[in-house]
Amino acid sequence: MMETPVVETLTFHEIQRYSRHIILPEVGLEGQTKLKNAKVLLVGTGGLGSPIALYLAAAGVGTIGLIDFDVVDETNLQRQIIHSTDYVGKPKIDSATQRIKGINPYVNVVTYNQPLTAENALAVIEGYDIVCDGTDNYQTRYLVNDACVLLGIPNVYGSIFQFEGQASVFDPNKGPCYRCLYPNPPPLGLVPSCAEGGVFGILPGTIGTIQATEIIKLILNVGDPLIGRLLIYDALEMKFRELKVQKNPDCPICGNNPTIKGLIDYEAFCGITSVETDRITEDHLITPKEYAELRNSGFKHLLIDVRNPMEQQISKIEGSRLIPLRQLEDLIIKENIPKDFPIILHCKTGGRSARALIQLLDMGYTNVKHLVGGINSWIREIDKNQPLY
Amino acid sequence: MNEIEITLPTPLRIYTNNQKKVKIAAETVDDALKRLVETYPALQKHLFQGNELRSYVNIYINDTDVRHHPDGFRAHLEPQDTIFIIPSIAGGLK
Repeated sequence: MMETPVVETLTFHEIQRYSRHIILPEVGLEGQTKLKNAKVLLVGTGGLGSPIALYLAAAGVGTIGLIDFDVVDETNLQRQIIHSTDYVGKPKIDSATQRIKGINPYVNVVTYNQPLTAENALAVIEGYDIVCDGTDNYQTRYLVNDACVLLGIPNVYGSIFQFEGQASVFDPNKGPCYRCLYPNPPPLGLVPSCAEGGVFGILPGTIGTIQATEIIKLILNVGDPLIGRLLIYDALEMKFRELKVQKNPDCPICGNNPTIKGLIDYEAFCGITSVETDRITEDHLITPKEYAELRNSGFKHLLIDVRNPMEQQISKIEGSRLIPLRQLEDLIIKENIPKDFPIILHCKTGGRSARALIQLLDMGYTNVKHLVGGINSWIREIDKNQPLY
Repeated sequence: MNEIEITLPTPLRIYTNNQKKVKIAAETVDDALKRLVETYPALQKHLFQGNELRSYVNIYINDTDVRHHPDGFRAHLEPQDTIFIIPSIAGGLK
């Protein structure tokens, strides 16, 4: 929990630094002092978190909390503009802190090098004025939502996929929450992630900047916040659409008779620890080394790549048949493969191929394995001439 | 019967031959969705569970969530109306 400090006034240097803000009637000395005393928690310092942190720091938000357990990866740099090449392999929160301090040494950066979980969320979030959701997965998104509703803290939401983004403000005291908009997450595998489907690098910049704008407006208490409104942005069409979001009186957490009164098991809620994954046993796994031996032995089998077509432009295992996971069920029926024919499935890192494996088991296929660690492990261990992604 | 436009989100376009916008002749929202999945059957399981619209898919007539429209899925459509299908998306960071 954050300590509640006494109200801090602006120093001579700060007044000079923020003068372009201070001469705005909507900000003024009073508003800039509010910014200095504001505490904002960013959940994630990636695509969305990057521009948000940069702008909040520049604007003089006094305390910025960063929670992220990830390290900077080279594939992040296409869009996560707070991080730089010399921080590859180092914790994102260290990289982000150094950039924030470089922009504005007056900002107090509080870091949490850990995932946000149902166990720590209330303690981490309590004491912040606003939480900003820059997560990339449903379990953290619902966790952030629920924790914010329970603590009565506004949650500034953003989400992106390929060329489209969404933004809204969920203020439990004034409007709907994320569960009012989407009561349940989609089942695993039905909606592709950015790692699978790709993301236009500038898109999180646009959506993150909208989130940063909303955060600063909330702190200053100016303008019309995105409460009860979902902003949809299409970068290809360069169109913004606004949709109404109403508070759901039957919402399980912010409705009239809430059934969720504390944080829950979000992995189970999102189907991640479902009994499904327990069905995958040792017999269903094949390591890159074992698979290389199998190939060398001339063993007759079908290798199915369940990734998306564009991913094959980066890397490919020779002889694989491309059947994207989302079309697997429909296309495999057309192929008319005998149910006992040996099938090896692979994807990028093993998540989608595991889901594909369960689908094939459900369809009655008896001789299916999936490549542990996906094509990336295959490249690391066997075929080092292809790029990792 | 009015011909209205349905706008599909990126993740569902692979089921409509990559079309972002589809024109459908329909009187009501219910009608429009039925005709949509008749034309593109692969959409069925992504939009519906049995006869129920999936809870992570929202349908809007212009800017209003059809679940909050007084007539719900029986809401009458005018030629200038657009239906937006807006599923939840999770991407952000990694």
